[in-house]
Amino acid sequence: MKEFALMMIGAALVNNVILARFLGLCSFMGVTTRVDTAAGMGFATTFVITVSSMADWAVQTYLLEAYGLGFLRTVTFILVIASAVQFTEMTIKKVSPSLFQMLGIYLPLITTNCAVLGVALLLVEGKMGFLEATMFAFASSVGYSLVMVIFAGLRERLALAHVPRLFAGPPIAFVVAGMLAMAFMGFSGIATS
Amino acid sequence: MGFLDRFLKAPSWGVHPEDHKRPAADAPLRLFPSPERVFMPLSQHVGGAARPIVLVGQKVLKGQLIAEAQGNISAPIHAPVSGTISAVGEVTAPHPSGLPFKAITIESDGQDRWIETDPLADPFAATPEEVARRSALAGVVGLGGATFPSAVKFALGKRLKVGTLIVNGGECEPYLSSDDRIMRDFPEQVVDGARIVMHAIGASEALVGIEDNKPEAIAAMRKAAEPYPEVKIRPVPARYPMGSDKQLIQTLTGKEVPSDARAAEVGVLVHNVSTCAAVHKAIRLGHPLVERIVTLNGGAIATPGNVYAPLGTMISDLLAFVGLKEAPSRLILGGPMMGTPLLHDRIPIVKGASGILAFDAAEAFVPEAGPCIRCGNCTKACPMGLLPLEMAARIRVGDLEGAEAYALQDCISCGCCAYVCPSHIPLVQYFSHAKGELTNAERTKLRTDATKRLAEAKTARIERENREKAEAAARRKAEREAAKAAAAPAATPVAEQTQGASA
Amino acid sequence: MLMSVGSLAAMGLALGSVLGVASRYLAVEENPIEAELQAMLPGSQCGQCGYVGCAQAAAALAKGEAPVTLCPPGGKATAEALAAKLGVKVDLSKVSDSGPQIAEVTEEICIGCCRCMKVCPTDAIIGAAKQIHNVIREACTGCSSCVDVCPTEALGMAPIPVTLQHWTWPKPASAHS
Repeated sequence: MKEFALMMIGAALVNNVILARFLGLCSFMGVTTRVDTAAGMGFATTFVITVSSMADWAVQTYLLEAYGLGFLRTVTFILVIASAVQFTEMTIKKVSPSLFQMLGIYLPLITTNCAVLGVALLLVEGKMGFLEATMFAFASSVGYSLVMVIFAGLRERLALAHVPRLFAGPPIAFVVAGMLAMAFMGFSGIATS
Repeated sequence: MGFLDRFLKAPSWGVHPEDHKRPAADAPLRLFPSPERVFMPLSQHVGGAARPIVLVGQKVLKGQLIAEAQGNISAPIHAPVSGTISAVGEVTAPHPSGLPFKAITIESDGQDRWIETDPLADPFAATPEEVARRSALAGVVGLGGATFPSAVKFALGKRLKVGTLIVNGGECEPYLSSDDRIMRDFPEQVVDGARIVMHAIGASEALVGIEDNKPEAIAAMRKAAEPYPEVKIRPVPARYPMGSDKQLIQTLTGKEVPSDARAAEVGVLVHNVSTCAAVHKAIRLGHPLVERIVTLNGGAIATPGNVYAPLGTMISDLLAFVGLKEAPSRLILGGPMMGTPLLHDRIPIVKGASGILAFDAAEAFVPEAGPCIRCGNCTKACPMGLLPLEMAARIRVGDLEGAEAYALQDCISCGCCAYVCPSHIPLVQYFSHAKGELTNAERTKLRTDATKRLAEAKTARIERENREKAEAAARRKAEREAAKAAAAPAATPVAEQTQGASA
Repeated sequence: MLMSVGSLAAMGLALGSVLGVASRYLAVEENPIEAELQAMLPGSQCGQCGYVGCAQAAAALAKGEAPVTLCPPGGKATAEALAAKLGVKVDLSKVSDSGPQIAEVTEEICIGCCRCMKVCPTDAIIGAAKQIHNVIREACTGCSSCVDVCPTEALGMAPIPVTLQHWTWPKPASAHS
């Protein structure tokens, strides 16, 4: 139990997908102008990462490993992820059309969000069991959502600040992202994954 | 009122600016000699502009009705001098934009002959409705600056069963002393007016709030109110903006007016001391509101003081009367905190004009604004408990809805935040800008909705017309065929044939 | 070889059928945002955007086929509202917003032909045959459809004059932006 908790904290905070592994940076910069959009993106990605990781674990264990088809790993994982994203897209379009409009191109782009494939590949590398893999994927995506929301909050405040003209827009956002990453370094040491 | 009360009961909001009221407040009241020409604007009040009922060339007496009220919230306008109507034209409005508005010009005959008046001997025997009606006919509006028609407020107070009348003698704005002067020179008028207003709204007590920096006014009012125990004189700490409705109500009664409610809904009604005096004159003497006390103050004025002047007098005439030491660097109508900056002095005084300030260069100096350092002084000063720095930051980047979420609409534009701001950010201008833009957006939305209804009505009408035309055409065709069939019974087989073909 | 091809094909088939079923149950009939967009447009059906009416324009907006700046009578305000709803960024500095305008009849050259009355989507023009027409300011949306039909060019567009009621304080000029 304690190991599980430590593993989850490690996945969410210490080895954060965005700030420690630098995965999923396109959505990190793209949809963090407003907190509600960022939270919506966080939920969507959390769902996709968790579901596709579970499916990927099953495919890896019962298909690829069992029949020695390791070379097909990337192709099959992408196939699974793409299906999960399609499903999420349909659901969001049905449930919240305005969120669908706001996420725009970034929603189908979850397919190519490296965080999703990254997490799937990490849990294969880590040779985790099913429960452990699911927990790891969920914790990682919660970490992703957390950073998305924090960063969106920062950018909302940043929009009100007196930023020198040369730094206005993405440059200052990257500077702030760097500072946020440094702040998250403070978590290293409380747990290791 | 112990010594400790000053600390324990002192409000935590607001600011305490240098009041600059003396020596102007101590100078005796001067009577302005009848001006040669007055310009009487048609909208000197909140609500619909008055409608002129006089013709050019017509002779009018002082106090004669020259424009009548139009709509539910409006006030009539009366001639402030006797003379001849010379024009119904436009004059620059006392407004920061310097845009013109409609006004009636009267050439004075210099005699100031009053029209025959119809005083009410015993107002307390008359019905409250009668008192309200007479106040409305006399054109009495709130003289503290809001210029809301008083009779409308009386009716509101009567309907909501207001128990307490608060008479606002706060006059917290620096430089101004017109209310101070009216309480010192005409305390009986103020007290009597307050009692008439109490009768009109059915209130059982009147609390007269006077800032404690006006001891002479407090003494004079105490003396005048002595025979009437229901009129209570209550000195309040001198603190800007004590003269604002919500702050004065809270200080005197401890009740807080909710954000989206009016004062009457917590059982109080606020009237200015000058308004009470105007009600007294309207009822006891039958005199409509045509004159008022105006403070003339500021570094550029040679003999600062208060002047009793007819409405519609040009500000340039008033300034010439008190004399100018130098050309004023800035002219303000009202107080320095909330007053209206004027672009020039060819502007008439209106009912709500409590003072004209002519500032010299040192007083008019405005330091350049710097960036916000988030010191939070403005949040401490704000009497409404708002966050001026957050609202201004959002307005600066154009996020007006964001500012609205921080309760921008509760801002009373008192200027405390801008006064304490160490970076001299023009916070009030940000808020005025945003409020104006939001009001315009709201108006545009209403307009769009109205035109949308019109467009839908037109579409529906055209559809109906087309349908009716088609129906009429079908009916005519049927009639024609019936007539044809009746006219040619011999040709029945042919008709049958055509019917069969069309079937 | 056969194994890998077979397993991929089987997975594709399985996932494809799951999605197929999902798309049946989660199908969205029409884009629900369309109604909201239509409510934001002026509704005068003036056709200046190039679409037949406001409903068609809203449909095109929802599909992303039309720019949010399509509505001239709506001006900058409508473009901003549409951009916020659709979550797109738009450079509004290029929108030629000469402020809201309304039609105005030059009385000297109006011949009273009644053509403008017929095309006005909001019945904002009053008049009768051989009588000088006039525009009801409150009802005019500034769609300028009447300008094109006027045979004598008596109709023109003029900006709504600034009055004391409409005037607002300008935003303070900031040296620190």
